[in-house]
Amino acid sequence: MSGRVIVVTSGKGGVGKTTTTANIGTGLALRGRKVVLIDADIGLRNLDVVMGLENRIVYDLVNVVEKTCKTKQALIKDKRFDSLFLLPAAQTREKTAVKPEQMRELCAELRQEFDYILIDCPAGIEQGFKNAIAGADEAVIVTTPDVSAVRDADRIIGLLQAHEIPAPRLIINRVRPQMIKKGDMMDIDDVNDILAIELLGVVPDDEAVIVSTNRGEPSVMESGSKAGSAFRNIVARIEGEEAPFMSLDYDLGIFEKIRRLIKK
Amino acid sequence: MDLINKIFREETTSKERAIERLRLVLVHDRANVAPGLMETLKEELIEVISKYMDIDEESMEVSLNSNERSASLVANIPVKRIRR
Repeated sequence: MSGRVIVVTSGKGGVGKTTTTANIGTGLALRGRKVVLIDADIGLRNLDVVMGLENRIVYDLVNVVEKTCKTKQALIKDKRFDSLFLLPAAQTREKTAVKPEQMRELCAELRQEFDYILIDCPAGIEQGFKNAIAGADEAVIVTTPDVSAVRDADRIIGLLQAHEIPAPRLIINRVRPQMIKKGDMMDIDDVNDILAIELLGVVPDDEAVIVSTNRGEPSVMESGSKAGSAFRNIVARIEGEEAPFMSLDYDLGIFEKIRRLIKK
Repeated sequence: MDLINKIFREETTSKERAIERLRLVLVHDRANVAPGLMETLKEELIEVISKYMDIDEESMEVSLNSNERSASLVANIPVKRIRR
């Protein structure tokens, strides 16, 4: 068996990498896939709390690469799914405690046993980023529809190409249809035009995500949540299925429509 | 009158400003990310222009400039002699 290693990255912090990793991972497990999530954000561990597994940590990523424990001992089994595991980041070490070569080795080991290895990349483009992408075959870039996040995403695309991950896919997170309607937020086409990479998904800004993060339960499991259904569609696309993109469910209004017609 | 104003309103939306600013900033970002892009461009320019004229390669300058609204490639290439 040879699993797929996917890194979730963004450049800019705070756009929803960790939430995205947790939701995609849980969504894949929901489909019965064997999944391991690696928190590569050493020193700023967070995937554990988003998954609600913070009380079960004994060993971490640095222990594994330094071989002070076996890989299996450090993997924390999820509360809800038997096929979902977390390898937490070390909290009291530096990013330099792991080297790209060690990440490549670890990914090679894990892909023997798992269908998917998802890596939650730290913000930034330094050592932590280089470690996180070292063992990856594919990349998912998370952005929000604002100038700084899109600019950083563009830079990340360039850096991934330089590291031979040529075709990253894009998730546009925290989209607010009402603001798009008013002309105060870039829409999906705008972001797509600028970044020109394949779109993997669109996630609406949804308060339910904050609530589920409070509880440590990824929103992909909630059938009623808009963000949750967007994540389920993303998971389907990762699995190679066709899935609808979020309908933004807004009407431009007659004036804006005429205005756009004239402008064209 | 209100109706016409609504359709023809001149001021740009904040989203349009965002796209405009992003496009410009990315012109520079991308030129910097691809190391040697400007150098390669310069070398190839020299190659092409040299077919038609002798130029002063030493004092030639090629740069990417931008202002509020647009980005432009500015080349200052002193010509020594036109070939016949």
